[in-house]
Amino acid sequence: MRYIANTRDEQRAMLDVIGAHSIEDLLMGIPAKARLGQPLPLAPALAETDLVRHLRDLAAHNADADAYTCFLGGGSYDHYVPSPISHLISRGEFFTAYTPYQPEASQGTLRTIFEYQTMIAELSGMDVANASIYDGASSLAEAALMAHAVTSRSEIVLASGVHPLARRVVATYCAGPGLRLRDAAAPEGTMDLGGARALVGPKTAALVIQSPNFYGCLEDVAAAAEIAHGAGTLLVVAADPVNLGVLEAPGRLGADIYVGEGQGLGVPMSFGGPNLGVFAAKGELVRRMPGRLVGATVDVDGRRGFVLTLQTREQHIRRAKATSNICTNVALCALMATIYLALLGKQGLAKVGELSTAKAHYAAERLTDIPGVALRFPAPFFKEFVLTLPKSPARVVRRLAKDRILAGVPLGSFEKRLRDSLLVAVTEKRTREEIDRFATALAKAVGS
Amino acid sequence: MSRAAPASYDQLVFEVSSPGRVGYSLPECDVPEADPQTLLPARYLRSVAPALPEVSEFDVVRHYSRLSRLNYGLDTHFYPLGSCTMKYNPRLNEDMARLPGFARLHPLTPEGAAQGALALMHALAAALAEIAGMDAVSLQPAAGAQGELAGILMIRAYHRSRGERRTKVLVPNSAHGTNPASTAIAGYEVVEVKSTGTGEVDVDDLARHLGPDVAAFMITVPNTLGMFEPRVTEITEMCHASGVQVYMDGANLNAILGITRPGDLGFDVCHFNLHKTFTTPHGGGGPGAGPVGVKAHLEPFLPLPVVAKRGAHYTLDWRRPMSIGKLQAFWGNFGMMVRAYTYIRTMGADGLRLVSDNAVLNANYIMKRLESHYDPAAPGPCMHECVLSARRQKRQGVSAMDVGKRLLDLGFYAPSTYFPLIVDEALMIEPTETESKQTLDAFCDAMIQIAREAGETPGVIQEAPLTTPVRRLDQTRAAREPVLRWSP
Repeated sequence: MRYIANTRDEQRAMLDVIGAHSIEDLLMGIPAKARLGQPLPLAPALAETDLVRHLRDLAAHNADADAYTCFLGGGSYDHYVPSPISHLISRGEFFTAYTPYQPEASQGTLRTIFEYQTMIAELSGMDVANASIYDGASSLAEAALMAHAVTSRSEIVLASGVHPLARRVVATYCAGPGLRLRDAAAPEGTMDLGGARALVGPKTAALVIQSPNFYGCLEDVAAAAEIAHGAGTLLVVAADPVNLGVLEAPGRLGADIYVGEGQGLGVPMSFGGPNLGVFAAKGELVRRMPGRLVGATVDVDGRRGFVLTLQTREQHIRRAKATSNICTNVALCALMATIYLALLGKQGLAKVGELSTAKAHYAAERLTDIPGVALRFPAPFFKEFVLTLPKSPARVVRRLAKDRILAGVPLGSFEKRLRDSLLVAVTEKRTREEIDRFATALAKAVGS
Repeated sequence: MSRAAPASYDQLVFEVSSPGRVGYSLPECDVPEADPQTLLPARYLRSVAPALPEVSEFDVVRHYSRLSRLNYGLDTHFYPLGSCTMKYNPRLNEDMARLPGFARLHPLTPEGAAQGALALMHALAAALAEIAGMDAVSLQPAAGAQGELAGILMIRAYHRSRGERRTKVLVPNSAHGTNPASTAIAGYEVVEVKSTGTGEVDVDDLARHLGPDVAAFMITVPNTLGMFEPRVTEITEMCHASGVQVYMDGANLNAILGITRPGDLGFDVCHFNLHKTFTTPHGGGGPGAGPVGVKAHLEPFLPLPVVAKRGAHYTLDWRRPMSIGKLQAFWGNFGMMVRAYTYIRTMGADGLRLVSDNAVLNANYIMKRLESHYDPAAPGPCMHECVLSARRQKRQGVSAMDVGKRLLDLGFYAPSTYFPLIVDEALMIEPTETESKQTLDAFCDAMIQIAREAGETPGVIQEAPLTTPVRRLDQTRAAREPVLRWSP
């Protein structure tokens, strides 16, 4: 067994030192009646060559974004992933280390987290970012719990445009403390401000808005901030950080807490995980934040160094009174994002956003030229939009898959009123030729 | 005392930056209208550009390569961090997770076009269920702590479905901090159960606490002192007699693969840490994965959706009205599932049994070699890890933390220190099965050297580390005047 070093002779020598006859002797603390009498009934072990064949075969049964042209979005996107990322995160010093409990021997990890916190704070216009949460949805759930802790209020108002799967995660996390979730409707694709104003009041801990929202529409975040702050409510803004090279920073629009799904920042789609939960807040809320924080300090010789700090918020110190139960987060995904943002830089990130929105608008124009196909919502969109189709979106998607096009996400299973709707995402990677081919295939699929 | 280490790399990427330098390659715009000012109303557009670095691709590669060298990793150093199972991360797992059919697969791909991924998830869940003796497994939790939250929420939903409103969860005082934290988030009052002097559950104290207001008892097996809980089946029976569900924290599962199973011990729920037992990399603090296994009576409450097989077709089953809901937007940390599945198929049943046998052997070897130099927290034999106390050294002016720092100078990462909380000056050492006898001997030699130095030259230990990129850091200053982002 190539992953176990001990030979029989070495085992014998070690047992002799221990003073045991066999490994069995060491297991005598386990009650006999609790012992498993036979080997586990698992599939047989495979040699490396056979196992690679087996996994390649499984992988070949998936329509991935290399073999197919991907217009899928809804929280995971086929953005450009620069080549150095995989090489650098694969350095054993990064990917085989763990939580930097010994800072003197973990400055590599601590520095990259400090850089990450700086970049996220800068991008979002917030004062302080943490070292990451699991994914965008659990970040949002943590934001809801934090707002409850900060305000001692018990209702969360969520704009209907917040990702429906993220809303379900919020509901799971809020079940324990028994927070009441209320929906601020978005009949025309964006939150109805009058309706939101009527819902937000003295019991509201947080108003949560996502922009661009699940339908791709840009929300009026500043107006939402006014509604929230008028009632002493925190404004939580969810936004995809990869868009923030072009779109206004949530912090400048009044966000008290910013969360986002950071998968677009160089993290593989990987069937939805691991992703990157981005989390940032205003400075005065820092001691209520969930998750790890890295801070700068000096060593005994006065040299700059970095440590995990404000740990009295965390579960290993505060236990039942911690701000969150999170321990292991997604440090390596945060490292991918850090390297991504370093490579793309000030100009590159803006260009990603410009290209994505330009191509999305071109695609929307081409696709809505098809008779019977129209934009579902009138609001401005960024890189994603909802189409209504004259035929069943699920059937259209299956049809286009035969042309190796992943056409979009049918929305009927998310919302009944959107039974005829398809969510289409266009990133900077899609070419004009691919979009034209998509339009041709869609025209054929809905026309025949 | 003079510094042994040369000045090490001290730059942050912002300090490498030079205005106008670029490190990306993006295509020219090939559609007619490219200007966001034309496409979008001005009020949505960014008013001040973010101050991101401006660096070349090679700047980036060199910078992060240099930063990586400031870390001790498992690949470069023995990493005996107790309760974390720092075992070798097979490179084959990494290759498999990066196959485009997995890494480049979108989560909302139509089910019919993601059959390979769903088949892998189904097979992994089935294998984990066998390993733990559970009836069903959800792969969705992103890490152990989220698995705990899922487990406790399922228990809560179960009691409620029977019309019972229990309000407390019992947790031993030796537990990982995530146990009480997860329980509190699930809305329960956390009540601590005492441990005996050797870290076992104080069964009398447990009996005093059990009652109709208790929803669950949560324990770690083997316990956090690395000992198998001798009365575990008695404990699960006692709990069930009071209608109390029993949760097993699976952080220490590496000790018992193929030897005993949580389900057979009477546990109703347990979580797995794929980044501990099943070799997915720790990544400097994640991503991990924390699947959760349950007995049949809790299956209706599993997180949504559940991977199911209908005939030859795999599907995500959403029609589960009693589910606790979702924990992540999508289906779990699939990339970690590919790695864990690859590992389980590499090992097979016999291989997994060898894992635990050798993990236990290695820990006992360390315990034996060190037992006359440090004070074992509990009499042996131990399971996969051993807990030593540096209380003897403490009397000589050398704390558990000091021992850890000195180890860094001697070329080893430090064990977990000051955990479990019930042991003074705790040093929690988990070698794992992937370390060789030579490495264990070198580590034991270093530990013995430190014990000797504690008596003879304690200053060497108190000054340590001297050879790391930085020396002991001012934690108080970091917390008192937090600097959490770079500024020019």
